[in-house]
Amino acid sequence: MLDSLGFIIGTTLMYSTPLIYAALGGVMSENSGVVNIGLEGMMTIGALIGATVGFYSGNPWLAFLAAGMAGGGLALLHAVASVSYGADQVVSGIAINFLGPGLALFLSRIFFEGATMTKAIPLDNKMPRPIHGLLPRNSFLDLVFNQYATVYIAFLLVGVVWFLLYRTKLGLRIRAVGEHPRAADTLGVSVYKIRYLCVVLSGVLAGFGGASMSLAIVSNFRPTLISGHGFIALAAMIFGKWKPQGAMWACLLFGVSNGLVVYLGRSDAPFEISMQLLSMLPYVLTLIVLMGFVGRSSAPAANGVPYEEGER
Amino acid sequence: MKSKAFFEKIATYITKWTFGFSIISIILGFIIGAATLALAGFNPIEAYGIMARGVLTRPSYVAWTIIGSTPIILTALSVAFAFKTGLFNIGAEGQFMIGAITAAMVGYFVELPAIIHIPLVLISAIVAAGLWGGIAGVLKAKFGVHEVISTIMLNWIALYLNNYIVLLEGLRRATSQRTHEIQRSASIVILEQWKRSPEGREWLRGHDFFGDALRTPLNWGFIIAIIFAVIVWYILNKTTLGYELKAVGYNRHAAEYGGINVSKSMFTSMVIAGGLAGAAGGLHVMGISKSIASLAAMEGYGFNGIAVALIGGNASIGIVFAGLLFSALQYGGSKIQPALGAPSEVINIMIGTIVFFIAMPKLIKYSLQNFKKKRGAKNVR
Amino acid sequence: MRNIDFDCKVVEMKNIIKKFGDFTANENINLTVHKGEIHALLGENGAGKSTLMNILYGLYQPTAGEIYINGEKVNITDPNVAIQKGIGMVHQHFMLVEPFTVTENIVLGMEPTGLAGKMDMKKAVQDVEEISKKYGLYVKPNEKIYDISVGMQQRVEILKALYRGAEILILDEPTAVLTPQEIKELITIMRNLTQEGKTVIIITHKLKEIKEAADYCTIIRRGKHIDTVEVKNTSEAELASKMVGREVSFKADKESKEKGEATLRIENLVVKDNRAVEAVRGLSLEIHAGEILGIAGVDGNGQTELIEALTGLRKIEAGNVIVNGKNVTNNTPKEIIENKIASIPEDRQKRGLVLDYTVAENMILENYAKEPFAKHGIMNSTAINKFAKELIEKFDVRPEDEKIKARSLSGGNQQKVIIAREVTNDPDILIAAQPTRGLDVGAIEFVHKSLIQQRDKNKAVLLVSLELDEIMNISDRIAVIYEGKIVDIVDAKDADENTLGLMMAGGGIQNEK
Repeated sequence: MLDSLGFIIGTTLMYSTPLIYAALGGVMSENSGVVNIGLEGMMTIGALIGATVGFYSGNPWLAFLAAGMAGGGLALLHAVASVSYGADQVVSGIAINFLGPGLALFLSRIFFEGATMTKAIPLDNKMPRPIHGLLPRNSFLDLVFNQYATVYIAFLLVGVVWFLLYRTKLGLRIRAVGEHPRAADTLGVSVYKIRYLCVVLSGVLAGFGGASMSLAIVSNFRPTLISGHGFIALAAMIFGKWKPQGAMWACLLFGVSNGLVVYLGRSDAPFEISMQLLSMLPYVLTLIVLMGFVGRSSAPAANGVPYEEGER
Repeated sequence: MKSKAFFEKIATYITKWTFGFSIISIILGFIIGAATLALAGFNPIEAYGIMARGVLTRPSYVAWTIIGSTPIILTALSVAFAFKTGLFNIGAEGQFMIGAITAAMVGYFVELPAIIHIPLVLISAIVAAGLWGGIAGVLKAKFGVHEVISTIMLNWIALYLNNYIVLLEGLRRATSQRTHEIQRSASIVILEQWKRSPEGREWLRGHDFFGDALRTPLNWGFIIAIIFAVIVWYILNKTTLGYELKAVGYNRHAAEYGGINVSKSMFTSMVIAGGLAGAAGGLHVMGISKSIASLAAMEGYGFNGIAVALIGGNASIGIVFAGLLFSALQYGGSKIQPALGAPSEVINIMIGTIVFFIAMPKLIKYSLQNFKKKRGAKNVR
Repeated sequence: MRNIDFDCKVVEMKNIIKKFGDFTANENINLTVHKGEIHALLGENGAGKSTLMNILYGLYQPTAGEIYINGEKVNITDPNVAIQKGIGMVHQHFMLVEPFTVTENIVLGMEPTGLAGKMDMKKAVQDVEEISKKYGLYVKPNEKIYDISVGMQQRVEILKALYRGAEILILDEPTAVLTPQEIKELITIMRNLTQEGKTVIIITHKLKEIKEAADYCTIIRRGKHIDTVEVKNTSEAELASKMVGREVSFKADKESKEKGEATLRIENLVVKDNRAVEAVRGLSLEIHAGEILGIAGVDGNGQTELIEALTGLRKIEAGNVIVNGKNVTNNTPKEIIENKIASIPEDRQKRGLVLDYTVAENMILENYAKEPFAKHGIMNSTAINKFAKELIEKFDVRPEDEKIKARSLSGGNQQKVIIAREVTNDPDILIAAQPTRGLDVGAIEFVHKSLIQQRDKNKAVLLVSLELDEIMNISDRIAVIYEGKIVDIVDAKDADENTLGLMMAGGGIQNEK
């Protein structure tokens, strides 16, 4: 029983990880006032670059960083459009969601002889598991804590983003820009710089999220690897009221359903339940919880509104 | 000097014309696509040539393009309708699935003459998907849940519902992850029986054009999509319903002040949008797939519809052409892979680029203005 | 002249030109301000005074012209430079981040920081308390902005500037949201600041305040510099004619008239605001045919909620609204319109118009489904355009084109479209909320005339305005609203500003000092 629980918790943590990265990306971007529905595309390019660099260099850390840069690079496009050129941020995000996967598959075919699936990274070159072998194999603690390094980093980053947003002067400025850009502008805070920074960082985080998929959970990139994770992360961020810790809990909710599906799909599952209905559960739950948010005003006030410096 | 005046005229014309930005964005999309191909070491002119020939040179190619455009024209109409009324329908994807599920069930379980069966299947698909879309409308109107988030959730719920229903006993085809095919009476493939009969085959052998075109599952779906495009245009521009819905879309506060029931409008709008996407799903089952399968991921009809709606300027006529363009790119693009070894995903990059530029008309406006005059550096920030 | 240092020109703006596209907002404007002076910048809405000050504060770049601060030529590329040069600005619409605390708002952009960019909130609060004490600007450092009064919000704005070491303080329309008493306090604060050697520039279109507070006044009309005068040597009338460019009478022409039956009766009305707090708290009022009843009050005392409740846009928790003897409590907006209530909404761009609809489409906003504009759900554009053309001509909307979008009209013409539509509905009751906000003098006169016309046609007119002058000028009776209740109703003939002001502040006559 305890082992089963350990297995469920372990899988939950693992599956939540990519979502947490991307949701933190959403938190960064949207707290500065830029809607980012392009997380999906940024995750996809991150996953591809992670898998590719991982395969060719054999160094998972280099691959992880490269994935972040790739996500950040794609996010830069979103930033140019939505910050400098007052683009409709949702439309620009949609474009990113075509560009990201398009570019990822295009590059995959270039780097892997026309295949849309990258070659698998050897086990030794995957993301390491820092405490692997320290705990008795398949014990409860082992099942829970013997995770890939990316899992630890994800939860660490939740703390980092929280600290950044709510305890530092940069965070104060980011939130001010997201709430009332003109007020920040009149005090000499550069709205454009802050927004560029946040959008690019959100891409970096989403790229990490993609890589945490292709370098850890599986060991290659394929076309369906990132299928809607970016959108779920977006939902998780909204569910979490635009706060890093809130987004984390929401990601865990989506992760736990994943964990349960995997667990109950095993041959030794204690009872049978429709996997499909179980998979549906977190989405239904999210809708129900959102219906209960009567307050609703938790989104940054200027979220999604283009801002022009020095215009009237 | 004269050519400058000419450019100015063109620039002003383009910025004023509804589809001006779309045309420029499409051109930019082709340029970026070419650059991407060139960077990867392929000859873009050759690639585009293959794409063009792969779409235009045979009746069956054109037929495939038309077939491919049908569902995305309808999902695009769905997105555009919601958009005109101030709602962003990311949920066309799920509404499509609901339409397809309904069509697969009504098409398989009910046995009726075609003349009744076909409309029944289509209408059921529209109604079911309309109600599905309406859920998002209610959530927005009554609970303030943003439609972007609720429709994303509903897409996933629809996906798993699809997979659940596919596997139900009685509907599931033995040893497969698909449902049974719908009855012949629910099919909308043109001359489906005849073209398989000995006489049909004989006749088609003698007529190359039709023989080639009818090798494809060419069906009435495209005509129905055009009819829906006209209906959408008419509702939005000529009826009081359109006036109400657009008023809510442009400014819900003013609409409310003017006596328009905003909640009801949101619901109506999402029902109609859902119905349009449902028609896409229904027609897809009736004309092409004949059954539904268990899905591992979203198929993209809804998302592609968003791109088509944007490229088509959210206007019916624009959407029909944008849908054809999109489908032609997809179909033609698939041919550069075997011929050149060039990744056919370049078309996703092109579409992404087109949408990207459409997102920022300001960039295009500025660039065109620079034709007109070099602005003083001082007041540009 | 208290302590003006005429040798020290703190601000000199020379030949400032600012163009927005083809529109010239400032045309060769000159402005000189001396240390320790209170300098008023007078002009109508849209005259270009805010533009000029936004240039001084670095929010806009001038198209041409030079700026000197303390005799040194400067290039103010952004507000950071302005702040460095000792310029601070309090904007008309407060630039406060609502969910932030007072302290966070004040230190934003110049935050005391510890290790790793961590904010030192303790020091921030101390700093705020210190300057707050020094200049006598009382605030609560740890309260969130949305929990404090408008007056305190303004003090936070001033503190923001002082925290940055401002020597020159620009106040943009600072009195618009204040009661007469709060205005007096503000004038005292301004005097204190000049006592400390600071310089104050106030942007305003209110002549009385200029007379009371300012030393010098620069008048701007249509982007042009008209004159700079010493305030004590000039009269309000002179300032007014310089501002408008012709003689203006401030008294609206209005014949006395007997009022008729009570057309609108409001009984013990209770309405909640967006935060579910009671904003209208048992308000009762009667408005008669053939009268203009003005509601005077400081912003945020329930006016918005009252109007929204009367027009069916907000739920009425308790009480009744009775129109011509019929109870219309909690009717839908549509039913209210059918019961012959028309309204000119407070925010014309938010409520009054669909800016992306054409003028013609806006003209039928309440009647789009009725014949001849529509039949069986199908719109008749010929009838709509014909109707719109008639109204455009009758109400002199410019440009005379029913097919252009409402967005492209000026504020005054937008208001004309709304008035045309509402008046043509032939209501028994016309509710006008802040009908002249942001309009220039010509448009204001038109609006006032329209309201008086309705009254003369024996309609009941309910006027809600934050401009006490407007209320006093055109109302027949004046009701003062305070914290969601009517404090008192007086005849306009007997009203005087001081008494009204006290009541608006909740003082009541009995508390008069």
